[in-house]
Amino acid sequence: MATKQTDYQQHFSSQELPVVLVNRLPSFRLPSKPPFIDNLLPHFHLLDPHDAPEPYDSFLSRHAHSIRALITVGPTPVTAEFLNLLPCLGLIVGTSAGLDHIDLPACRSRGIAVTNASSAFSEDVADCAVGLLIDVLRRISAADRFVRGQMWPVKKEYPLGFKLGGKRVGIVGLGSIGSEIAKRLSAFNCSIAYNSRKKKPSVPFPFYANVSDLAANSDVLILCCALTEETTHIINKDVMIALGKQGLIINVGRGSLIDEKVLVQCLVRGEIGGAGLDVFENEPNVPKELLGLDNVVLSPHCAVMTPESFEALLQLTVANLKAFFSNKPLLSVVSNE
Amino acid sequence: MNNACVLMTCPMFTYLEQELETRFKLIKLWDHSSSKTEFFNNYSSSIKAVVGNTKVGADAKLIDSLPNLEIVASYSVGLDKIDLDKCKQRGIKVTNTPDVLTDDVADLAIGLALAVLRKVCVCDRFVRSGNWISGDFGLATKFSGKSVGIVGLGRIGSEIAKRAEAFQCPISYHSRSKKPNTNYKYYSNIVDLAANCEILVVACALTEETHHIVNRKVIDALGPKGFLINIARGAHVDEPELVSALLEGRLGGAGLDVFENEPEPPEKLFALDNVVLVPHVGSDTEETSKAMADLVISNLEAHFKGEPLLTPVI
Repeated sequence: MATKQTDYQQHFSSQELPVVLVNRLPSFRLPSKPPFIDNLLPHFHLLDPHDAPEPYDSFLSRHAHSIRALITVGPTPVTAEFLNLLPCLGLIVGTSAGLDHIDLPACRSRGIAVTNASSAFSEDVADCAVGLLIDVLRRISAADRFVRGQMWPVKKEYPLGFKLGGKRVGIVGLGSIGSEIAKRLSAFNCSIAYNSRKKKPSVPFPFYANVSDLAANSDVLILCCALTEETTHIINKDVMIALGKQGLIINVGRGSLIDEKVLVQCLVRGEIGGAGLDVFENEPNVPKELLGLDNVVLSPHCAVMTPESFEALLQLTVANLKAFFSNKPLLSVVSNE
Repeated sequence: MNNACVLMTCPMFTYLEQELETRFKLIKLWDHSSSKTEFFNNYSSSIKAVVGNTKVGADAKLIDSLPNLEIVASYSVGLDKIDLDKCKQRGIKVTNTPDVLTDDVADLAIGLALAVLRKVCVCDRFVRSGNWISGDFGLATKFSGKSVGIVGLGRIGSEIAKRAEAFQCPISYHSRSKKPNTNYKYYSNIVDLAANCEILVVACALTEETHHIVNRKVIDALGPKGFLINIARGAHVDEPELVSALLEGRLGGAGLDVFENEPEPPEKLFALDNVVLVPHVGSDTEETSKAMADLVISNLEAHFKGEPLLTPVI
């Protein structure tokens, strides 16, 4: 990294390029496929305290006044205390759809804009949600295990699945990801309803102000809302009972949207019909009880893991930073509502 | 009508058996497998109807042994296990179960495509084996926006197209003739279709012409970044060619609901991560199985009452 900086400094005066801090936990790096750093360096002077020889704190305080924008990599937190070290900060670019690792109220009070990656990821996350749903209903992973386990010639009959068409789908969080899910499932003849902080006037689907009411009127709940204080454990025992014994939960949001202990109990006892989960409360740990169930499909938080998503994320990151430094509107700023 | 003898060729669905038993004199072919000659001596002249499926249908041998057979009601939409020419000759009516299973089969086609491209089953195995603790999974392939080529744009093919369009997939197709009311791009040659799409979905009927329609040339045209999805019949695909293409990396992956020799798919596929294998479950949902069974029953009742058949083939 230091070598690359020197190469570029030979071509560009590093004073001319806008400064961008790369905020990352030591174990996280910007993606190498596509090569983020190579694509950012022509436009921005990147500062990475973990790649500098000097101690973290002194590097940061030495550069603090030149830092107007930062990229926070993956789940690297941005706390109010950290923000206090950067008095000139005006923009935080997140590389994930979720922003629960960023102190949004602190950003708001400082007037710091925050952008996320939802629009780069929304198609892939939606595809993951639909893939998990069809798998749970039609038992695809379980059937694949059955065939590979050489059970087909032995056990003549195989349990029936359930039809997707006509199912009532309740989407919790109708943002860019939720909207893409709705669009896809409508083509499978599902009916769509949603819960969100506020009703969306331009949306044709029925709105439920209360998640339990949504659950009571749905066969499937798909979680794709942001994780906040209000939405932590929004899927609790009451909601699961309302959803019912045939009900399914698909989670592509954050593990803590669901009270995981209760979910496990309900699945083991047959109080809900099944689940497709890409996220968990304590990744990469997954409750042992789920590992033996045929009516759950488990995924290692990889809903965005395609080359296309990373390419789109790179484009979005560069575009947001360029817009900020040219005083133009940001592309994927997260608003207060 | 209660005395009409109906022969069921193999176990297919308990609900269907029960419903047939309440309405007709049901004879189960598999109960008599040890004493075939005796069976035919006792029953063959009284059997008026046969209920078959994709495993055991009504071939020439069976039809010839039933002199008073009037109707074959298939618990399937596919007719490849029924000797239609023989039925026509003898004036035997044939019904199947179209439309009620179209949605489920189309859903499975998309489900298999998502499972293969997004490695849903591999991910599930990864988590269940405890490997996530040691490290992240890696990349899969995006499904949305990939070009989808459909072989056979009939009822099922059209529903697959409609679903894929919701994922912004450009659609093209091959069939015996160009379809008038569609904007999808038509290829009169299946190799050209395969060369111009990323996901090839087989959704046509199995006939003499479509036997092994997906052959080495088609597989090569689809290529190492292409995927094959088969929810039609195993015999549509030259299976040994498919297996070697997958083993050698000449084909990107496959999602298969059907095989040339069910219930024994090629074992060489079992170790591969770029295939998804399911045991001919295209219409196997509670809702659709019941709807198919009801349709079989309704067709038989209509026949024995002298009323028009609901879903006649001939």
